[in-house]
Amino acid sequence: MAAVKQTVEHVESLEKYKHGFVTDIEQDFAPKGLSTDIVRFISAKKNEPEWMLEYRLDAYERWLAMDEPEWAKVYFPRIDYQDSYYYAAPKEKTGPASLDEVDPDILATYAKLGIPLREQEVLAGVKGAPRYAVDAVFDSVSVVTTFKKELAEAGVIFCSMSEAIREHPELVKKYLSSVVPVSDNYYACLNAAVFSDGSFVYVPPGVRCPMELSTYFRINAENSGQFERTLIIADKGSYVSYLEGCTAPMRDENQLHAAVVELIILDDAEIKYSTVQNWYPGDPETGKGGIYNFVTKRADCRGDRAKVSWTQVETGSAITWKYPSCILRGESSVGEFYSIAITNGRQQADTGTKMIHLGANTRSRIISKGISAGRSSNTYRGLVSAHPKAKGARNFTQCDSLLIGKTCAAHTVPYVEARNGQCVFEHEATTTKLSEDQLFYAMQRGLSQEEAVQLLVNGFVKDVLQELPMEFAVEAQKLVAISLEGSVG
Amino acid sequence: MLSISNLHAEIDGKPILKGLTLDVPAGEVHAIMGPNGAGKSTLSYVLTGRQGYEVTEGTATLDGEDLLSLDPSERAARGVFLSFQYPLEIPGVPALTFIRTAMNAQRKARSEAEITAPEFLKLARTTAASLKIDFEMLKRALNVGFSGGEKKRMEIFQMAMLSPRFLILDETDSGLDIDALKIVADGVNAMRSPDRAMLVITHYQRLLDYIKPDRVHVLAGGRIAESGGPELAHELEREGYDKYARAA
Repeated sequence: MAAVKQTVEHVESLEKYKHGFVTDIEQDFAPKGLSTDIVRFISAKKNEPEWMLEYRLDAYERWLAMDEPEWAKVYFPRIDYQDSYYYAAPKEKTGPASLDEVDPDILATYAKLGIPLREQEVLAGVKGAPRYAVDAVFDSVSVVTTFKKELAEAGVIFCSMSEAIREHPELVKKYLSSVVPVSDNYYACLNAAVFSDGSFVYVPPGVRCPMELSTYFRINAENSGQFERTLIIADKGSYVSYLEGCTAPMRDENQLHAAVVELIILDDAEIKYSTVQNWYPGDPETGKGGIYNFVTKRADCRGDRAKVSWTQVETGSAITWKYPSCILRGESSVGEFYSIAITNGRQQADTGTKMIHLGANTRSRIISKGISAGRSSNTYRGLVSAHPKAKGARNFTQCDSLLIGKTCAAHTVPYVEARNGQCVFEHEATTTKLSEDQLFYAMQRGLSQEEAVQLLVNGFVKDVLQELPMEFAVEAQKLVAISLEGSVG
Repeated sequence: MLSISNLHAEIDGKPILKGLTLDVPAGEVHAIMGPNGAGKSTLSYVLTGRQGYEVTEGTATLDGEDLLSLDPSERAARGVFLSFQYPLEIPGVPALTFIRTAMNAQRKARSEAEITAPEFLKLARTTAASLKIDFEMLKRALNVGFSGGEKKRMEIFQMAMLSPRFLILDETDSGLDIDALKIVADGVNAMRSPDRAMLVITHYQRLLDYIKPDRVHVLAGGRIAESGGPELAHELEREGYDKYARAA
């Protein structure tokens, strides 16, 4: 068992979180704590119309009457919601009109993260590499959105949520909270009351979005929560691929991240939504600090033959509570969920998906790969259900868990409900341990122990990695390696 | 080439090798035969540096360089290759990817340039053809769902690709039918050269009809109990290992 033991030690000696720096910029804070005044403050700060303020106040009232969910297999001390800042923004007058008006320190932060905000950097990249537009969210506000003009020519709206509320109120009113109702769950309701910013995308009928869209979220301020709100609408026959990335500095306190993402897919349209989540996971030894990632993501295939695909690579956060789901309402609509969830140190993850088959001949596919190392706990929780009208519904689920070392845990909690006799649901699950035999075999061929672990782990997650947009797959592969650093160099 | 002197090794505190001395000069093929549990596989693992096999005394050198202080990957980079008795399955990693990663890791360790994709593919195609391996099979995850014979053939394929200097074949004949055995033996024989040496570990004499050894050693009781020419293998086939078992 010596090799395995060494791997465990390596994993436990996880190196410093690479994105753990703090950017020292002037911030605008709302006073600490939560009250109707704070909700009004946020709304006023963002120059929101009256209807938006009412929406928030209504959400806040409902939230006060709700309880935190306790069914997830994660453990943490009660959150004091009055001990956090609900609004933190880089100090400046109004939203920046162009990159040149953005605080250079913020741009430097994104540069450090390797995010190409400047179009020329993207263009100067690898020849033939697809370009992608970026919306960058720094603490509570969107600081810059790139490629806007080119997207506008295609008819695609890609902007910050605040801007969408001001510029496209008819779309926001029509779709906001139409997938995740205001009082859907505790965290989503909190988000509705205090959400700060996020991305908004509308792709008009028949348009194939000319480039990848992406948003990078960065929590920087101390003691502040981040509550972003993303809304994507793919109108009939359109297509868009969207990627989000997340990082945060190292802090001793836990920070709450409660986002809501709503996707609406109409007839024959498709959304591909990818997440590379690398929030600060907390100290691997003591478990101190780290992000509480309590996120509600849901897609509504409202039209016939609509398709949605969630791909997530979850390596960060102290606690992850997240179930990107698909409501398969339209006939023959398709939902997919591809997930890699890695926990190390003291991380806890309870993540999975819901495939809710409402329409006839709807299809769904779930491929989940969980890797646990250190003293972490990794739970897959999934629901596959078929409504009486969902005749001919099909689901295939594959849940694989890989354990590294002796002190980690993996759990699989699948729920399957078929309310008609004409659906076919398949579920396959495996749990394996990274074996000392395999490691030695690879090392005998010339691989160092770290290279061997990396090769074996990449083999394990391959089915999911290949679902990511090409240019991010490599990045994700590196991230997989980094999050198991010490054992994978 | 390989020089082992008074080697003692144990697993979980239990002594297995008890003063093994053996020299395999360059250009020669030596067979190690012996009863089950004599320590044959232990010897192969000690030489390749598997964790849990504790060397308590003695030395093992390759061309004068101490092997025992090196990591398994460092030994591989110096040209030590073990064809496993039970090759491992590597899910999700195509055979070609696995071998190329290994090859480049070895090259890096030797401060050599990485092999280019066209060079690698050319080498893989010719090597596969010589071992009658379907090239498509090399695109599948290494050893996953392969038959026992296919796995052994993949070991020889890896060996030919990596072109090691010191080869250890651990029970390579087990699980092979006669046709597969001939192909494997041809592959091994093709690698015989004046600057290579081989250690062929086997329980049965059958393999040695195809891979002719220069010397045969009987491993019993954790040490070399007897050494001789190829005729010793035939003698063992007739008379069995009883007398060594008693001696041990």
